[in-house]
Amino acid sequence: MPKADNELTWRDLEIGCIATNPGSSSAYRTGDWRSQHPEYDFSRCIKCGMCQMYCPEGCIQTSKEGYFEANLYHCKGCGICARECPVWVISMKEGTK
Amino acid sequence: MTKRVGMEVSIAVAEAVKLADVDVVAVYPITPQTHVVEHIADLVVDGELDAEYIPVESEHSALSACLGSAATGARTFTATASQGLELMQETLYVASGMRLPIVMVVANRAVSAPLSIWGDHSDVMTVRDSGWIQIFNENGQEMVDNTICAFRIAENQQVLLPVMVHMDGFNLSHVIEPILLPDEEQVKAFLPTNNYPLPLHPSKPVAMGDFAPPFIFTEARWAHEEALRNSKRTIVEVWDVFAKEFGRQYKPVESYRTEGAKTLLLTMGSFSETAMTAVDKIREEGLSVGLIRLRLWRPFPFEELREALQGIDTLIVLDRALSTGGPGGPVASEVRAALYSQNPRPQIVSFVGGLGGRDITVENFETIIKRGMEIAKSGSDKEFQMFGVRE
Repeated sequence: MPKADNELTWRDLEIGCIATNPGSSSAYRTGDWRSQHPEYDFSRCIKCGMCQMYCPEGCIQTSKEGYFEANLYHCKGCGICARECPVWVISMKEGTK
Repeated sequence: MTKRVGMEVSIAVAEAVKLADVDVVAVYPITPQTHVVEHIADLVVDGELDAEYIPVESEHSALSACLGSAATGARTFTATASQGLELMQETLYVASGMRLPIVMVVANRAVSAPLSIWGDHSDVMTVRDSGWIQIFNENGQEMVDNTICAFRIAENQQVLLPVMVHMDGFNLSHVIEPILLPDEEQVKAFLPTNNYPLPLHPSKPVAMGDFAPPFIFTEARWAHEEALRNSKRTIVEVWDVFAKEFGRQYKPVESYRTEGAKTLLLTMGSFSETAMTAVDKIREEGLSVGLIRLRLWRPFPFEELREALQGIDTLIVLDRALSTGGPGGPVASEVRAALYSQNPRPQIVSFVGGLGGRDITVENFETIIKRGMEIAKSGSDKEFQMFGVRE
C-alpha cells in the first residue's frame, strides 16, 4: 500500500525529487483549485466539441451519448469552455461542486 | 613519472579537466575565467580531449546545457566568474536541487557596479545558499588537485551534488606557478566512471525538476540539506584517498603555526599564502599568532572549525566581500554564528579588505593582526573594520 501524500518523508523521495513513474502528474488533483464549476444543458448541445478543444487542462471527456463533460478531478473551473461554447450549453456556477 | 612545470594556473586547470576526461564542456568566456575555457577549446580542437564543447550564448545557457548533459550521466564541466555567475543564479539552484554532479571552476571576481574585472569574493557570496559544495584554493597546485577531486566528490553516489572549485581571479587565474600535473593513468584509476543513478534515457523515462506542491517541498529541501551536510564525510574521504595516491593532503579547515597561539587569523582563498608569511614575521617578533584557512565553504565545517579554535582568545577574520548594510564580512558572520554556542568562545574581530583586486600585502596583514589584537582588548562599536579605506 503506497503512502498517502501527506505521509511521505524526505527519505521516500528519489534523488533530486526525480519522478520515475511516467504520467504520474495525472494523479495530481487540480480540481481543488476550483472556485466555480461548469453546469450543462445538454438539450442545446450540437456535439461540436469546441469546449474540448479549448479546455487548457485537457480534462473534458466524451460521454457514451457523445456529449462533452469536464472531469471534475482535474477541472480548475476557468470557464473557457462556457465562454467558447457557440450554443450556450455551459454555465459557470459558484462553488467547487 | 611526472615533473613540475611552470604553467599559468588557468591552463593547469584546463589540463586537469582533460585529465578528468570530461564528456561535455558548456561555457561562456568571461574575465578572469577566459584562459581556462580557451585552453579547453584548444585541447578539444587538437584532439587531446574527446569531449563535446558547447559554445553557448550566455552563462544562463552554459549551465542550462550542463543540466541536460549531467542529467544523461555525462561527466560535465563549466567555468565562470562574477557577472556570469550572477546570470547563472537561477540554474544554480536547479543543478543542486536536481542533484546533478556538475563541476564548475569559479574565477572569483568583484560584482558590478562600479565595473571591476578584478578579484574578490563578492560573486561567491551571492551564491552562498545555492546548495552547491564549495571548495577554496590557495595556489595552482590546489586548483589542479581539487578540480580532479571535485569530480569524484560530485559523482559519488552518497553525494550527487554540483561542486564549485574557487580560484581567486588574477591572484591565481593569471599567475604562472610550478605545477605538478598528475599522471593520466593515475587520475583515471582515481576517478571511477560517472554512474548517475536515474539518467535521462528513452528506455526508462523520468521527469526531473518536477512540480513539488506544498505537501512535499519541505521534504525535498530537507533531503537536499541532508545530502549537502553529509557530503562532508565523502569530501574528507576523497581528500584522504587523494593524499594516499598523490601525496598532497587537504582538509576542511587547515591551520598554519597555530601551536600555542592565543590569537589566530582566519582567511579563505589565495590570500592565505600571504598571511602565512605575515604570521612568520609576527612570530619572529615574539607574538604567538597562527593562521586558520577555511578550505570548505559549503558544507560549512562547524565541528572542524570549533576544534581548530579551541582555547584561543582572539580570532581575526579577513573577508574579501562585504555584506552591504549588514554584518560586514560574510565569513566572519558565519564564524561568529558557529561559535556563539561555545563556552568559552573567542573575541571575533572582522576585517573586510582586498576588494575589487586591491592587494593585502604581508605588511597589511601584520597591521590587521596587530590592530585586531588591539580591538579585541579595547572593544569596538563597529561590526567590522573596512581595511585600507580612505576616509
